[in-house]
Amino acid sequence: MPKVKFDILETTCVPLPLENIDTDQIIPARFLSATSREGFGDNLFRDWRYNKSGEKNSEFILNDPRYSGKVLITGKNFGCGSSREHAVWAIYDYGFRAVVSSDLADIFRNNSLNNGLLPVVVPAKFLKYLLDLTGKDPDTRVRIDLGKQLFSVMPAGESVRFEINQYKKECLMKGLDDIDYLLSIMDLIKAYEFRNTLGK
Amino acid sequence: MTPQTLFDKIWDSHVVRSVEKGPDVLYIDQHFIHEVTSPQAFNGLKERGIPVFRPDKTLATADHNIPTKDQHLPIKDELSRNQVEKLAENCKKYGIEFFGLNHPKNGIVHVIGPELGYTLPGMTIVCGDSHTSTHGAFGTIAFGIGTSEVEMVLATQCVLQSKPKKMKISVSGLLQKGVTSKDLILHIISQLSTNGATGYFIEYSGSALKALSMEGRMTICNMSIEMGARGGLIAPDETTIKYLSQIPSLSGRSDFNSLLKNWKELKSDPGAVFDREHEFHANEIKPMITYGTNPGMGMAVDATIPLITSKSAGIASFIKSHEYMGFKPGMKILGHRVDYVFLGSCTNGRIEDIRAFTQLVKGKKKAPDVTALIVPGSKRVEQQAINEGLDKILKDAGFELRQPGCSSCLAMNEDKIPAGKFSVSTSNRNFEGRQGPGARTLLVSPLTAAAAAVTGKITDPRDLLND
Ligand code: SF4
Repeated sequence: MPKVKFDILETTCVPLPLENIDTDQIIPARFLSATSREGFGDNLFRDWRYNKSGEKNSEFILNDPRYSGKVLITGKNFGCGSSREHAVWAIYDYGFRAVVSSDLADIFRNNSLNNGLLPVVVPAKFLKYLLDLTGKDPDTRVRIDLGKQLFSVMPAGESVRFEINQYKKECLMKGLDDIDYLLSIMDLIKAYEFRNTLGK
Repeated sequence: MTPQTLFDKIWDSHVVRSVEKGPDVLYIDQHFIHEVTSPQAFNGLKERGIPVFRPDKTLATADHNIPTKDQHLPIKDELSRNQVEKLAENCKKYGIEFFGLNHPKNGIVHVIGPELGYTLPGMTIVCGDSHTSTHGAFGTIAFGIGTSEVEMVLATQCVLQSKPKKMKISVSGLLQKGVTSKDLILHIISQLSTNGATGYFIEYSGSALKALSMEGRMTICNMSIEMGARGGLIAPDETTIKYLSQIPSLSGRSDFNSLLKNWKELKSDPGAVFDREHEFHANEIKPMITYGTNPGMGMAVDATIPLITSKSAGIASFIKSHEYMGFKPGMKILGHRVDYVFLGSCTNGRIEDIRAFTQLVKGKKKAPDVTALIVPGSKRVEQQAINEGLDKILKDAGFELRQPGCSSCLAMNEDKIPAGKFSVSTSNRNFEGRQGPGARTLLVSPLTAAAAAVTGKITDPRDLLND
């Protein structure tokens, strides 16, 4: 996992106003045969980004030169479907650092947190405002302050507070990872095992 | 003592520690791995220079990208072959049991776990695969995890997880003839929607569930994830115990009787509180079919595709979905042309599913324009189908029984459905491109798949069932 610390992010955004975008759209299964974590960004949204003959689909937002930035804004239930972490690797590898929606699929959210991609859940109304705004104005800038758990439209537009598990927040801000934590409590894990084999 | 749900009992007894203002450290009893989501996790161990902590609690299989024909030959696709070889290597290096290609115990991870007796009531089970929820049919907490979490479990046999909320779904009455557990779960998902259970763990109960076989229950729990739930479970009962007692490696265990005693106690206390409850009536449910590009877009096979109202929040997604499928709101799909039929997957690739399909096509002929893929979920299922003579009946009707694997469910191997073709499938996901770029998937039960296979059209299977 990337040990990049997450603090404050100021950037433009890419709006993708569709709901229920599943992991097969984010990264189709035929690209899952790799055995490393790198390079998945090239195939992010592959079948929407390219048409059958392999040319770029000019109507898809990632191919629109007016749009760029490190935040992906998208409709509810983003990341539903498979548990493939490749979906998060693809989004991260492409250059996104946060995904904003009114509702994110559970496994996708966990996978994001484990890879330094910040999942930001905002109220449905605010999401609509955000999608409209960025749809009209590609230069809209946003600011994510993880410490304050604040998502704001710049320069001084609306802002909302978002929830994040305090433990996970600390991990992201300090660039720590779960395995280090678990390895540090191996004694407790072994004690648990001992209790439970004795009890049987 | 406050009454507890079964979910709480299993979860709480597996918490090693609760992180302050954070998730629980959950101990995992059984870890399943496969070729697609494990290589990066093993790389992680290697980089850290640490071993697999409990190789004896880990079981590996190759299922996602393997061919379903000529499995004795080397896998043609280089990347897939490399992935399966990597898994074999890693298992050897770390001492993990591996049922690779051609092993008599090989099969789809969620089919072999239960049939070989690895999945036991009261366990916590994880796998880098969202349909791990299948194992909940035995009264387990089983859920899918990402590759970073696979690495955690390999390294420490634990995973950090926030406790989900609890949902109860009870189904009264009994399913009618020609209506299967697949129809029941497709009906529930169509009512609750594809994110209707996000953040929850489901307990299924009620007379309709009680009446189901273990295979039928696995189909239900399997698709819990399609409503966004972390997983779903069903309390063990006589049906569960009978199923498990028939597995020689289990019933031969010296502690089998004490296991039995523990399993019988696994249930929610009367009065236990759930965060949400839903009720359904089995008698009203008809054979189901999906018409869109998520499993929540389902309806009775003879119904018309619902109209999009201005209230439908995801209007753009609806329109995109209809364009992709080539359907229109208000249209009936009964009688619509079918190009491909896929029987298989961890949802419906078990012996009962093959029996149901065979029963309906027996004495009939495959429709000439239909290409059918009949793929057993495991070597054991394949063998049993052959022992029961199902392969012969299928052959006489113009079908071929393939070798086991995930196959067309996610089309990582050669079994891809061509663009634009209509595929009636017993798998669990009708996402765009799931069965191949541009493929159009309609999710159904094995009976409805069989009806389509012999008529070449979307057909109500009840019209073809005699007596
Ligand atoms: S059969 Fe399909 S859903 Fe099941 S494990 Fe294989 S790919 Fe996943």
